[in-house]
Amino acid sequence: MAKRESNFKNMVLTLFVVTLVASTSLALVYEVTKEPIRLAALERKNNAIMQVVPEFNNMPNEEEYTVEVNGDELVFYPARMDGELVGVAIETFTRRGYSGTIELMVGLLPDGTIHGIEVLRHSETPGLGDKIETDKSDFYKQFVGRNPGDFTMKVRQDNGEIDGITASTITARAYCEAVQLAYDVFIEKGDIK
Amino acid sequence: MNQAKNFTKGFVRENPVFILMLGLCPALGTTTSAFNGFGMGMATLFVVLMSNIVVSIFKDFIPNKVRIPSYIVIIASFVTITDLVMEAFMGGLHAELGLFIPLIVVNCFVLGRAEAFASKNTLFSSTIDGIGMGLAFTMALTMLGATRELLGANALFGVELIEGDGMLVFVLAPGAFIALGYLIALMNKLKKD
Repeated sequence: MAKRESNFKNMVLTLFVVTLVASTSLALVYEVTKEPIRLAALERKNNAIMQVVPEFNNMPNEEEYTVEVNGDELVFYPARMDGELVGVAIETFTRRGYSGTIELMVGLLPDGTIHGIEVLRHSETPGLGDKIETDKSDFYKQFVGRNPGDFTMKVRQDNGEIDGITASTITARAYCEAVQLAYDVFIEKGDIK
Repeated sequence: MNQAKNFTKGFVRENPVFILMLGLCPALGTTTSAFNGFGMGMATLFVVLMSNIVVSIFKDFIPNKVRIPSYIVIIASFVTITDLVMEAFMGGLHAELGLFIPLIVVNCFVLGRAEAFASKNTLFSSTIDGIGMGLAFTMALTMLGATRELLGANALFGVELIEGDGMLVFVLAPGAFIALGYLIALMNKLKKD
């Protein structure tokens, strides 16, 4: 079959049909994947909550509530065992990472002691700053089991007690800051029933 | 046309990354490890294969003057489908590559295959070309990723071979150019022999 001529009618018709088919098929795929994407995101969050607080038997993400600080929001997920509060997972963040925002899930016990920390999202340099991830290095272990009220949660360069990450001081500093923010908000406004 | 030759031409003689030097943005950006390179290669393989098939089926319906916008819409649709499906079912890989998946649209290697090959050849030849070129692109990205991971992190596909940090520059952006240079030199040698 010969190639269709490039006249006005053919061109308009072709582009119309091409875009129509493309948008219809995209709408279809979007509908099909919407639910799995939502579930995958929820599962990631639930896993992170489970990692950072002691054993619980309620549904922390159904009791979630937000606390506003300086125009931003931190999300609190209270974890309870038989109705008694055993800890709270706090979705916190900092914008002062080496490449933008770092989002953490910090788990605090009711007295403010850090029980666990998971990295939710970050864009730090692979091989350097990504050592904040729990499965890439032991950096996070310096925080676990300690209460930010009792020690200076800053890197050594800032006269603190945290050993930074070689060649990634800015990342380590931002990480401390995000954890500190979660703790401060927890102490100030985290009156959890 | 000899189909075996059609299939293998991309690996050395017309390798999209090392010889044609197309699609360097994703090739340099995503190859911080062998696995990331492989994942990006497979995503591109799917897009180039599907767009080759569709373009070659409809090549006679699309008037010459509007062929580029039509191809771009077709390619963009498949890229978006890939993006959604990966987010829904391959969360981990999507978190690493997410930023670069939409960039497959502007990967001139994909449009190049549609324009230079699929719009002039039969469906069968175009399918073979899509698979061959896609695999060659995957091979190139995996090699580049492996080189960078090996030199930069002393590891291969996430398995640590030697304890400790490697030459970190290879994991960072400048290292991508250096590693690419090594591989281009190697490929040129292969091509001459």
